[in-house]
Amino acid sequence: MNSIPLTHILFVSTALFFIGMYGLFTRRNLITMLMSIELILNSVNINFVAFNKYMYPDKLNGVFFSLFIITVAAAEAAVAIAIIINLYRSHRSIDVEDTTEMKY
Amino acid sequence: MEYASYIALIPLLPLAGFVVLGLFGQKHFSRTAGIVGTLILLVATVLACYTAYQYFFVTGKVNGVYQTIEPIKLTWLPFSPGMSIDMGILLDPASVMMLVVVTFISLMVHVFSLGYMKGEERFAVYYAFLSLFTFSMLGLVLSTNIFQLYIFWELVGVSSFLLIGFYYDRPAAVAAAKKAFIVTRFADLGFLIGILILAFYSGTLDFGALIQRLTATHSTQLAQITGTTFLGVSLLSWALALVFIGGAGKSAMFPLHIWLPDAMEGPTPVSALIHAATMVVAGVYLVARLYPVYLIDGTILQLITWIGALSALLAGLIACTQTDIKRVLAYSTISQIGYMLFALGLTGYTASLFHLFTHAFFKSLLFLGVGSVIHFVHTNEMGNMGGLRKEMPLTHGTFLIACFAIAGVPPFAGFYSKEEILMTAWEHNKLIYYGALVTSGITAFYMFRLYFRIFWNKTRVPDHHHHSEGTWNMKLPLVLLALAAVGVGFIPFARYVAIDGEKEISIPLSFSLAPVLLALAGIAGAYGLYYKENERPQKLERALGGLYKTVKQKFYFDELYLFVTKKIIFNGIAKPAAWIDKHVVDGTMNGLGWITTRFSISIRTLQSGRIQGYLIYFLGGIVALAAMCIYLWK
Repeated sequence: MNSIPLTHILFVSTALFFIGMYGLFTRRNLITMLMSIELILNSVNINFVAFNKYMYPDKLNGVFFSLFIITVAAAEAAVAIAIIINLYRSHRSIDVEDTTEMKY
Repeated sequence: MEYASYIALIPLLPLAGFVVLGLFGQKHFSRTAGIVGTLILLVATVLACYTAYQYFFVTGKVNGVYQTIEPIKLTWLPFSPGMSIDMGILLDPASVMMLVVVTFISLMVHVFSLGYMKGEERFAVYYAFLSLFTFSMLGLVLSTNIFQLYIFWELVGVSSFLLIGFYYDRPAAVAAAKKAFIVTRFADLGFLIGILILAFYSGTLDFGALIQRLTATHSTQLAQITGTTFLGVSLLSWALALVFIGGAGKSAMFPLHIWLPDAMEGPTPVSALIHAATMVVAGVYLVARLYPVYLIDGTILQLITWIGALSALLAGLIACTQTDIKRVLAYSTISQIGYMLFALGLTGYTASLFHLFTHAFFKSLLFLGVGSVIHFVHTNEMGNMGGLRKEMPLTHGTFLIACFAIAGVPPFAGFYSKEEILMTAWEHNKLIYYGALVTSGITAFYMFRLYFRIFWNKTRVPDHHHHSEGTWNMKLPLVLLALAAVGVGFIPFARYVAIDGEKEISIPLSFSLAPVLLALAGIAGAYGLYYKENERPQKLERALGGLYKTVKQKFYFDELYLFVTKKIIFNGIAKPAAWIDKHVVDGTMNGLGWITTRFSISIRTLQSGRIQGYLIYFLGGIVALAAMCIYLWK
């Protein structure tokens, strides 16, 4: 069980984080951007669980945190989707380049 | 009855009238405002007369001397122990006398206005203002304390301003109101500084205590205030002179007289009340109130004497040349107040207040008579009048009585008071005496010039719609005031109003000869020139040439003021100040605004509306923070 070292898991979570980051910066589609944010959040979840498991096996704080983040992420997804749907209704587009009215 | 139980009602009733008429007048009393105001004042007048009766004949005298009574005294603003502004009522012979004069004249004016102002659109407002004025004037004469007097002094100024500018759709009236207010305010600045100096050194604002502290033998306060000098003159003199400047402004003495002739733009009954009988004598009353303190300082008394005498003479001369009948009366008022003031300056306290008393009656009679004439012919210009004696017999008769009174013909009221003043002048200063004598001749001349030009001279073309002389409410005040103008001279005034140690002046018959002869000469001169329309006045004008023109232009005082204000103050002070305000003060603020705007314009493109752009700043921020944590925060 302990054959996988912590560094491997951290490597995975870091990769996941930067994939999410890359998506967030480069995708023009708002849904895709939302998915990228989910990736970032999940990379954090992996970190929490991994650190909990490897460093403090007799505690549950990290697990609880990850559960909490999953809940928040669900709520956030719901709100974001609602915004995106409304945006689509008014702009007929979910391209982030088309929604630049909120400026000076 | 004790005074305290009703005395406060005398000023407070007109105040109530003002509040009621001012708030609800236009809506609910637009027709009856006059009656309401008059009835309220009638009650106040009855109370005032009752007070005077009680004071002079029943309870006022203790051991043969009239007491100063303070039936009501409330501490209003305490500053420090022993130093407070009080609100109270002070009864002494002068204030009780003024109480009767103010309420009586005001009542007459209220009644007269019932007819004169009838049909006026702002009838209720007019009566509200009259009530306000009456309240303030009563407050002024009853003040126990110099600061209370100052408050009412300003209130009187405000109501005068409101009433002069009553016809606010006439530019001339608006300008006159503004002028009156600014000139008197300017003088009041001096008054305020004077009050502060007096209060600082004597440690009190109360009249009684102030006078007592400053006049006591070996008074430390007096030693202090006279010991301190400013520009080589003792502070007592400064204070008294400054207080007198306030009084001179209100009383329209040279050189602060310029507002009074213009104030004639107000409704004529108002001129009778404010600018003849009551408010303009406030300056005399003020000096009389502080008289024991003035007596300490002979220099200031000299100043008062000369200013008074100069005003009397110059205003009398100007009155001879004016053609607006109200302006003639205005200058005559200045001249008569000049009489009162130089009498005060020559220590004739009783004579001065006696003249104030009689003058109030005959001058308000003159103004109301003129009001009646103006009501009849709808003009102020002498040229459009003449031959009115048949059409207005009652006005004619009462006006003649008033003219005799002011000219000083026995046995009318003005004769007695003027004799006392002349006697005082004879005893103290011969030069002033001769000046006053000449002035009294001039007075007779210009009054009868007015009289002949209104009621005799040419016969006027009856161009107007023929209405009668006036209703009962315009005639009744004329008759009552005419009776007063005949009768009040017989009052042995000195027995009632005098300061300690002043002896009753007895005037020998021979002394009266010169003034009466001069008055008759003045009348005869006016008769010769103006009884019938003729060429003589024009010839005289031409003969006098430049002299006549100078007097007719009122000695160019208005032009002088305009020169000083417009040329010197505007160009020298106001314009540079405006430049600094516009360019330095505003410039600094505008510059700051300009910099802010420029800066924000240059950085506003940061807010691009692109979410991913913001993400980059966000990331940059985090990287910077992380770098800081890693490299700096070890």
